[in-house]
Amino acid sequence: MPYSVVGIGTSWGGLAAMRKLLSDLPADFSLPVVVVQHRGKDSDQLLTELLQDATDLTVCEVEDKDPLMPGRVHVAPANYHILIEAGHLSLTIEEPVRFSRPSIDVMLSSAADTYGKGAIGVVLTGANEDGARGLADIVKLGGRALVQDPRTAEIPIMPDAAVKAVPSAEVLPLEALAPRLVALSHEREKAGARRAV
Amino acid sequence: MAVPVAAVPSTGAEPDRQSFKPDLERIEIELLLEGIFRHYGFDFRAYAYASIRRRLWKRIEEEGLSSVSALQERVLHDPEMMEKLLLDLSINVTSMFRDPGFYQTFREHVVPLLRTYPFIRLWHAGCSTGEEVYSMAILLREEGLYDRSRIYATDINEVVLQRAKAGIFPLERMQEYTDNYMRAGGKRSFSEYYTAKYGGALFDQSLTKNVVFSQHNLVTDRSFSEFNVILCRNVLIYFDKTLQSKVHGLFYDSLAMFGVLGLGSKETLRFMAHEECYQQIAPPEKIFRKVR
Ligand SMILES: C[S@@+](CC[C@H](N)C(=O)[O-])C[C@H]1O[C@@H](n2cnc3c(N)ncnc32)[C@H](O)[C@@H]1O
Repeated sequence: MPYSVVGIGTSWGGLAAMRKLLSDLPADFSLPVVVVQHRGKDSDQLLTELLQDATDLTVCEVEDKDPLMPGRVHVAPANYHILIEAGHLSLTIEEPVRFSRPSIDVMLSSAADTYGKGAIGVVLTGANEDGARGLADIVKLGGRALVQDPRTAEIPIMPDAAVKAVPSAEVLPLEALAPRLVALSHEREKAGARRAV
Repeated sequence: MAVPVAAVPSTGAEPDRQSFKPDLERIEIELLLEGIFRHYGFDFRAYAYASIRRRLWKRIEEEGLSSVSALQERVLHDPEMMEKLLLDLSINVTSMFRDPGFYQTFREHVVPLLRTYPFIRLWHAGCSTGEEVYSMAILLREEGLYDRSRIYATDINEVVLQRAKAGIFPLERMQEYTDNYMRAGGKRSFSEYYTAKYGGALFDQSLTKNVVFSQHNLVTDRSFSEFNVILCRNVLIYFDKTLQSKVHGLFYDSLAMFGVLGLGSKETLRFMAHEECYQQIAPPEKIFRKVR
């Protein structure tokens, strides 16, 4: 399979959007999903529980060096950046990036660096521009970019910024994102899918 | 290539992305780390790769360079560049009473154990600029245990240790720390512990009366004593799993039987060779007791 990981970033309005997207993914979805949702530095497991309620996939808040698992939804914990490494996830508490920790850019860029063409980045609703740079990195290294159609987003600023930074991104209404991810996950091996470093 | 996001230059000095070869870059990074180890003795070879890579690129861009190899040339010939890089690679972000629940649980579940000891030895490994050390000293004092405690506070980085000794922290963070302190079960008024001085918050110097600050590298140095409590929070996340396991061996060897190990809130002992030797005292807080 050409794709190895899906990274999804969202902020304001993200809970409802994430719940919708995850509820549309089938229980046998074959790729690991890494979610960065902006949240308060002291927020607890509630986010993970709310996402779990919406989906048949297993949702876990990430602990350091958790292995990436097919069909698992890995949620970035509050107050840590998350880095996608070959087959697992690392955490870091370095400074917030553009006021955010976790940062969507940091997560998506690491997906690009590690998985190259095998990375899929998704940017959903939000009230800042986090994610645009990371998505651009994914596309530069041959991966795929999907963006929630800003017109269907609760707050269009984040998807707007992503489309501006990545004009080649596929722009889809919320309800079309999960089916597209499923289709991508079924794409057969094409020449040159990069192995993880 | 995908430049680490914190450090994307606005100057158009971006490396040529079309020619980015991740496998080649990996070779360059491994060579650089090997060179640093052999020349300077700092061993970053088994650190978590994605984070090392981000930090290297931060330095590369700040120096106006364009490749890891170019940085290697500079670092190996210029000790000052090594010092800068050491600061980049040892990520020193920290705060007082980070994760208040950790300190709350420590008060509730560990303090009663410590009360049974005539003398308490603590090791703060990777203490950075010392915020955690002062937090623990305050907690121990409020519980009436400070006078029979000795805290060894160590870090790989000499510069941050100097700052820790000075005990001056940014005034603008005091509000956040006061809030953390209260939620951590603080018993007094946080402002009793510092005075505004030297452009910062100068902490009560008697808090470090029983603290020894010294340089210690978890990767290359040995155990130096036996402790009742070891705290190592948000340090092992920067290591790969093999190195984590090795450092857990060092902690195990340095802990007295029934001693306490405190980790960061998203760190675990899972898959570590020593997992079976510990009991988690009060989940979900990452406080473990050595039981075998
Ligand atoms: C992110 S800080 C954690 C500070 C504090 N424990 C906390 O949780 O807030 C990580 C610290 O680990 C130190 N460190 C990194 N590698 C180390 C090593 N090999 N030996 C000792 N300390 C190390 C760094 O210098 C840095 O100060």
